[in-house]
Amino acid sequence: MSGLVTASILIPFLGAAGQAIAGRRTYVLHRLITLLATLGLCGVGLALVVGTRTGVVEVVHSGGWPVPLGISLVGDALSALMVGVCGVVGFACAIYLAGARRTDLEARGLHPLLLILLGGVNGAFLTGDAFNLYVWFEVMLIASFVLLGLCGEKAAVEASVKYVVINLASSVLFLIALGLLYGKAGTLNFADLHVKLATPEAAAGTQSAAVLMLVAFGIKAGAFPLFMWLPASYPALPAPLGAVFAGLLTKVGVYAIMRVYSLVFAVHVQWLQPLLWWTAVLTMIVGVFGAASQMEIRRVLSFHIVSQIGYMLAGIALGTRAALAATVFYIVHHILVKANLFFLGGVIENRCGSMALKRCGGLYAAAPWFGVLFLIPAMSLGGIPPLSGFFAKFGLLQEALRMEEGWLTAVALGVGLLTLYSMTKIWREAFWKAAPEGMALAGPWPRLALVACLLLAGVTVGISLQPQALIEMAEQAAKSLVEPQIYVDAVMKGGAEP
Amino acid sequence: METLLSILTGLLFALGVYLLLRRSLVQVLLGIMFLSHAANLVIFVSGGLSRDVAPMIGVAGEMPVGRYADPLPQALILTAIVIGFGLLAFALALVMRAQARLGTDDVDELQGEGLDES
Repeated sequence: MSGLVTASILIPFLGAAGQAIAGRRTYVLHRLITLLATLGLCGVGLALVVGTRTGVVEVVHSGGWPVPLGISLVGDALSALMVGVCGVVGFACAIYLAGARRTDLEARGLHPLLLILLGGVNGAFLTGDAFNLYVWFEVMLIASFVLLGLCGEKAAVEASVKYVVINLASSVLFLIALGLLYGKAGTLNFADLHVKLATPEAAAGTQSAAVLMLVAFGIKAGAFPLFMWLPASYPALPAPLGAVFAGLLTKVGVYAIMRVYSLVFAVHVQWLQPLLWWTAVLTMIVGVFGAASQMEIRRVLSFHIVSQIGYMLAGIALGTRAALAATVFYIVHHILVKANLFFLGGVIENRCGSMALKRCGGLYAAAPWFGVLFLIPAMSLGGIPPLSGFFAKFGLLQEALRMEEGWLTAVALGVGLLTLYSMTKIWREAFWKAAPEGMALAGPWPRLALVACLLLAGVTVGISLQPQALIEMAEQAAKSLVEPQIYVDAVMKGGAEP
Repeated sequence: METLLSILTGLLFALGVYLLLRRSLVQVLLGIMFLSHAANLVIFVSGGLSRDVAPMIGVAGEMPVGRYADPLPQALILTAIVIGFGLLAFALALVMRAQARLGTDDVDELQGEGLDES
């Protein structure tokens, strides 16, 4: 079974290598390899989810080094769930790209870069070593830098300058934190760190590393006040790439916060909790107000990422098992829905010739079924009852009320209402309003893009109909966060056996 | 030696932060470069400095006896330098391109006009 862990990192890189060998001209082959590789990722990810559903922890000691000297790759319930969602979103993106008009970007290496990006994301989800996490972050970053930089338009160049600078700065902060941590503990293996920093006395002096890492991951996650790069850069991306960036990259930051603060800095969480609480509340509020003032679909959605990150941080700040389970559920739901909305934005652009809401219109009259396709993720994002977003918010708010966090609940509910406002704004402008004069004439529907939307909408509806399955998996993931001993035992007992 | 390296690290941090706050993009990148060098030095010093001892293990793989140098910080730094170099090379190329496309390297003039809604 532990072969799955290795496979979910190897597949994308092998795919990228295959595309590099295939050369730049044969874009059909590139698309085919991307489809196959992401389908493989999807399969491996789901198999991993099924395998770890009962609390099994898959461990691979790379190179056969004894723990904690080598780098361990660890697939527990949380990692598996993230890898599974990553595979689904990657596959949907590959379908979208397979049907897209051939662009210059493809000849410049869009497909291998996308696969490297997915490989980096999976690596970050599966690694059990702090320095290795840094390396995976960089793999992910360089692929995203080049993708953004290659988009070539003036706006994209400007966006990528901002994106690159802030992310380089965050990497440096992470690296400093690693140095300080190593100086204190003499190890960077998560499980070993958990053992070495178990008591406040042993962990004295690692507070600065804890805060530095929080800032570094906060930048990656797009948390207040470090989020400004996100709405400045994501809207410059073409829709299918925007979906992958928006769905996955910020969530890697959230995942890293969950992993590191449950495993490594468990002793510091007590005094970091108020900081997380305030960050969460302000991230929610600022993000949603930013979205309310925007009139371009990608910009509205980008600000909503920020606001939704606030919900996830709120769950982490509450910190109980139920709250963490709700957070994991929220992350999975959010990745699927957000990627879907970016895909739909791309289809709208395809039909109306623009993503500026002023220039869109008449979509509902032209195709009511497309309206329904949009409403599923949009209402789910707003948290309307039968859909997955409702269960995500319900779990979180139930726990917040139980802990008598009245303010947090009030803010979360208000922000949910404003989220709905933004979604109805897109609905009203792009769907209900009559088509504005001079709107670019709509060509044929991008069929495969719609298949990608349908796939993600199908998963969302599936979760909505059978939330219990995902709730159980999320609870398993939360269990591995609040009881790190399981994780530690699984890693430490491994020995030299690969 | 630790004192000397600490002062040097502090100087690099000060220089890096100062440059990071400048308006010229090239200077901002130079700032990040200095910061990442400072971070590498932090790792180096935090691993503990030792003189005249080797980080060797025996032929049979047995642990070294007595005092020995910790080889891991150097491995970490080496990795970080390589990654940092790659990223910096990309970032410099990007700044060049930005200067060509946008006609400026002044951070204040990057106001996102290209993303206008009109």
